[in-house]
Amino acid sequence: MASTIKIRATERNGVVVVKALMAHPMETGQRKDKKTGKKIPAHYIQEVKAEHEGKEVLTAHWGPAISKNPYISFKFTGGKKGEKVKLSWKDNKGQSDSREAVIR
Amino acid sequence: MDSKRRTFLKGTLAVGAVGVAVGSGLLAPRRVLAAWPQTAFEAKSVQDALKALVGSDLTEASGKVRVKAPDIAENGAVVPVTVSAGLGGVERMAIFVEKNPQPLTSSYDLAANAQGYVSTRIKMGKTSDVIAVVQAGGKLYSARKEVKVTIGGCGG
Repeated sequence: MASTIKIRATERNGVVVVKALMAHPMETGQRKDKKTGKKIPAHYIQEVKAEHEGKEVLTAHWGPAISKNPYISFKFTGGKKGEKVKLSWKDNKGQSDSREAVIR
Repeated sequence: MDSKRRTFLKGTLAVGAVGVAVGSGLLAPRRVLAAWPQTAFEAKSVQDALKALVGSDLTEASGKVRVKAPDIAENGAVVPVTVSAGLGGVERMAIFVEKNPQPLTSSYDLAANAQGYVSTRIKMGKTSDVIAVVQAGGKLYSARKEVKVTIGGCGG
């Protein structure tokens, strides 16, 4: 399967800006299926972790109120061009994915 | 008589151990590998969610915390929100929507080299204040901004 994560990291004046998009339904568990009238079970990302060269920079805990196909952006110092940033997510059904990007 | 006393002692010991476990969980220094804070996400008010998340709801409104969000969101299912804090030593940031059924949308643990900046997109059920809470140097700072929602994001 193709990666669910799109990630871009750019360094300028010593600050690395990371922007990432994940493909995920982020189902709240409140919505009803229009045809059957049954509730669609909750399915959302609970944890997003970002690492720079193996060191953790940010851990996000998400609830179902994060939009579908979530976007996250954050900044950190101490990163150089050519180094790696890794982003991974885990959802409430135990699925997960991760992807690395080179800082540009 | 004596056996009753024994039972009583055992009982208190057990309760004591549980109390210590709960206490240490709350007082432990922030770990980056913290578990997903379920009670905070299930809380029905900003105050309860904050207490479950950081153990206190005493926030101080601060001009150094900025919430960037649209004045009017046409689609409540996708509301871009950016929180930035002009404070040193930011340890954690959290974003709340006051009038969502479960106000806590997300919480971010930041390492020492991460800057006080997070941007994401959230769902809003109706017009509400978006509240950002920033924990820095053991204190909680907050800022809010009203976002008018024309189509809610929790219906479907």
